[in-house]
Amino acid sequence: MTLQADLAAGLAAKQSSVADYAGRILQPLFLPLAAVVAGMIVFSGFLLLVGKSPIDFYMIVYKAGFGTSFSWANTLARAAPLLLAALCVALPARLGLVVIGGEGAIVLGGVAAGTVGMMVPGLPGVLGILAMAIAASVTGAIWIGGIGALRHYRGVNETISSLLLAYIAIALMNHLVEGPLRDPASLNKPSTVPLPEAYRIGEIPGIGVHWGLAVGIVACILCWVLIERTTWGFAARIVGGNIRAAQVQGLPAGLLMIGFTALGGVFAGLAGMFEVAAVHGSANASLAAGYGYTGILIAFLARHNGLAVIPAAILFAGFEASSGLVQRRLGLPDATIVVFEGMIFIAILLSDALQDKIDFRTLFRIRGRS
Amino acid sequence: MTDIGYWGVPLAILGGAIRVSTPFIFVSIGECITERSGRINLGLEGTLVFGAMSGYAVAYHTDSAWAGTLAAAFAGLLFGLLHGWICKFPKVNDIAIGIALMIFGSGLAFFFGKPYVQPVAPDLPAIPLGFWSDIPQLQAALNVNVLFLVGIALAFAASWMLKNTRIGLTIRVAGDSADAARALGIDVNRVRLWSTGVGGALAGIGGAYLSLYYPGSWNEGISSGQGLMAVALVIFARWSPVNCLYASLLFGGAGALGPALQSVGISQGYYLFYAAPYVLTLGLLVATSSAGGSATRAITAAPGELSITK
Amino acid sequence: MTSFLTPNRRQFLTRTAGLAGLAAAGSALPFGAARAASLTVGFIYVGPKDDYGYNQSHAEGAAAVKAIPGVTVVEEERVPETVDVQKTMESMINFDGASLLFPTSFGYFDPHILALAPKNPKVRFEHCGGLWTADKPKNVGSYFGYIGMGQYLNGVVAGHMTKSKKIGFVAAKPIPQVLLNINSFLLGARSVDPTITCQVIFTGEWSLAVKEAEATNALADQGVDVVTCHVDGPKVVMETGAGRGMYLCGYHANQAPLAPAKYLTGAEWNWAKVYTDMVNTTLKGGAINNFVRGGLAEGFIKMSPLGSAVSEPARKQFESVKAEIIKGGYAVIKGPLKDNKGNVIATQGQSFVETDVALEGMNYLVDGVVGSTS
Repeated sequence: MTLQADLAAGLAAKQSSVADYAGRILQPLFLPLAAVVAGMIVFSGFLLLVGKSPIDFYMIVYKAGFGTSFSWANTLARAAPLLLAALCVALPARLGLVVIGGEGAIVLGGVAAGTVGMMVPGLPGVLGILAMAIAASVTGAIWIGGIGALRHYRGVNETISSLLLAYIAIALMNHLVEGPLRDPASLNKPSTVPLPEAYRIGEIPGIGVHWGLAVGIVACILCWVLIERTTWGFAARIVGGNIRAAQVQGLPAGLLMIGFTALGGVFAGLAGMFEVAAVHGSANASLAAGYGYTGILIAFLARHNGLAVIPAAILFAGFEASSGLVQRRLGLPDATIVVFEGMIFIAILLSDALQDKIDFRTLFRIRGRS
Repeated sequence: MTDIGYWGVPLAILGGAIRVSTPFIFVSIGECITERSGRINLGLEGTLVFGAMSGYAVAYHTDSAWAGTLAAAFAGLLFGLLHGWICKFPKVNDIAIGIALMIFGSGLAFFFGKPYVQPVAPDLPAIPLGFWSDIPQLQAALNVNVLFLVGIALAFAASWMLKNTRIGLTIRVAGDSADAARALGIDVNRVRLWSTGVGGALAGIGGAYLSLYYPGSWNEGISSGQGLMAVALVIFARWSPVNCLYASLLFGGAGALGPALQSVGISQGYYLFYAAPYVLTLGLLVATSSAGGSATRAITAAPGELSITK
Repeated sequence: MTSFLTPNRRQFLTRTAGLAGLAAAGSALPFGAARAASLTVGFIYVGPKDDYGYNQSHAEGAAAVKAIPGVTVVEEERVPETVDVQKTMESMINFDGASLLFPTSFGYFDPHILALAPKNPKVRFEHCGGLWTADKPKNVGSYFGYIGMGQYLNGVVAGHMTKSKKIGFVAAKPIPQVLLNINSFLLGARSVDPTITCQVIFTGEWSLAVKEAEATNALADQGVDVVTCHVDGPKVVMETGAGRGMYLCGYHANQAPLAPAKYLTGAEWNWAKVYTDMVNTTLKGGAINNFVRGGLAEGFIKMSPLGSAVSEPARKQFESVKAEIIKGGYAVIKGPLKDNKGNVIATQGQSFVETDVALEGMNYLVDGVVGSTS
């Protein structure tokens, strides 16, 4: 969203009625939802072509993704790392930076957490977890913040440097967990020494999903506040809109770039920390699970808006969660859900083109007054 | 066989540059043309994978590797045109569409590719350019696939085309300033549509090389991100097709370093050797970037309309 | 879901002890008979199930289980070793009513299976390659085969067929299962000719087509003329090796159709036997042992039929060594033996027979292997 559009929206909101306000909230939801439905219709055609029932398919996706309490636990567990990974893309994107290498910070954040658990295993649980979180955050901040710094000081394109650094990070992780940091007892799955019990992060009571989910949601909300409601965020958006103009205005573009990329790195590093402390119990090659890449998808789907990241991540996690049952019940390949996700994603992005043409607010207001 | 000892390392780099670089060459030249027209298509990874699958499948059914390559190019063209068509709508983000097409393309390839993992399709032919040598290792390294030679020719042809032809000028104007292009009566969307289409077709051929020559079989792990990396190499190559060729050769050659060093007994820390292409590229990138910082446009050779470097 | 990891150790112990009792009682009750008509078995693969390799070997086992009356088989492929596999297992339990699970990748064991087993005491988790010990949940079992013996036989044939006296091994990661295969391959060849060396190249990943091809080429450039591998899908190594004129020894499954003229033999899994036995035991209400191992004798592994290229002396020695192994008590790792850094592995007279659990913690490459474990 551009600055002008934001300002315009703000102005409009001041002058408008309660009905307008409701419309304003519903407007950003209306088009994406319509797009999801459109994508589902197109995908139905695809399923009919390959001889499968779309009704069965959607029943299964609903049941396995959102239909039961287990399904929700499944979906939310998958969403947890994606929330944080998406922020690593969304935050720099508000400054106009396309960072696609969050995977690197996730992986190294996980290794950092595992190393802390190995080096200082004796702390009380809370302190231990805090130490791991700090180590992972700092690692992530340096890794992704470095990309921002390279961009600012050397003009190195952040897209390519982040991708290269992701591959380098994975190589480094493999080297460390199979070499210097390897627990000799880890046998056929080379890993760091298992974290002490006290350092393990458990589940949010009643949900069956680890605390990374809560941290992810809070982080998304904080990012939204930062971007939309603070001077820093305002400045960042101006830099993202036109960096030369921003610098003429005396905004510290470099500081913002490094700060926002570093903050994105903090979240990615934390995602890695939760993988280690809440899922794996030690750092190993499973850290490179591709969450960083799925995060790109979700951030773009959410248009780099922190609040929108939450439903986008949950939606995609739900699709992923249903993939297994689709394989087992319909005899379709595991890639079916990937094709489905691709179609939904394209439909949602296409709906951007209709943003000005279909104004839900107008519809709402007319109905409200008549 | 002759014992070549440590000579195996430079030889492997040469061989690796020839064997491994071809997909990078095709994808990066294709993307180069797309980006010069002012759009970025991050989805070529998906196109590459789909090209690998469709090329293999068609080669298997027709028993002709060339028919497969053609099919891969056609499939790639369709993906490119789809990207180009979607992006003509206002407010649609080309980077995001690229990412969507990346998963869409790979998804479709995996979906329809299941039955082709097992069968063996014919390979693309190679030209034994090492016939003059009696060292079998050198003969093997110089066993050059036709597509590699086509890729080299293509790099120079594309550079020449962009510089000296009317089409090339049209593409560049569309890429540097849409307003200027419109003032000249150029249909910017149409130029970008076909530039993206051509980019897709070339990426499809790159995929066919993977499945039909080296490593020469279709499976879901056939691409380890070559398509994405090749797109990144275009930025590294400063939007010049000839530089894309050099960057691809460098990348392919450096990729051969890891296995080659192990084969001569330098075996510790192989993960770090495997990271060599990435470290090398990053190092060169940092060394050659202008120190102007973010006040100037990131890279001066960048097409003015390109969203990723604005 | 990892809640079981959070409570303190005492809670954890009582909980598992209680559940173990439950599970034990469960298997003693005749409730197998009641369920005999409908047993649902879940198979989970880390890669595509038609990879000419590891996953295919398990999928072939699953296919054999499907033929057993009254058994429903559910399968899922390409499941990563993350929270995904926990959810897949739970989903099979919740939605399909699976009560016997075969999560087949090594990385599924710790922490994923160990996290779910205590929460699902009525479900049996059978894991391939893990090392079950008495402190692990009782409804978990681990099984594996002495496939190193197959690689030893591969080595025997390779030892006869190599002219350059250099044989090669494309390996994924330096883990015990892989190291045992590399060492066995070389020692098999050295039983024919003690001057043979084995060049190993680690690709660092279980499935990475281009790197596997590059590794095979690098081996060929160094004069290696017989190659085998331990990666998830050997197809690329076999095709590239054949293209470079090398002889091939297969792994995981039979790759002879890929290059019949060059394929010597191969060490194959025979999961069909293992899985049908385990499922039949469960159907009859019996209990599967928690720790199951087997080799050529037990039919856990088998050798691909010898290829046409294999010479007569190679054929003879292959058959006689195979017969020896089947008799039992055969030791590949035996003294005097040093690793390739000069440390003593076994002194004169000391030997580790195939069933020795110490072999499952192998962390060295024997003298004659060119390569490094880190």
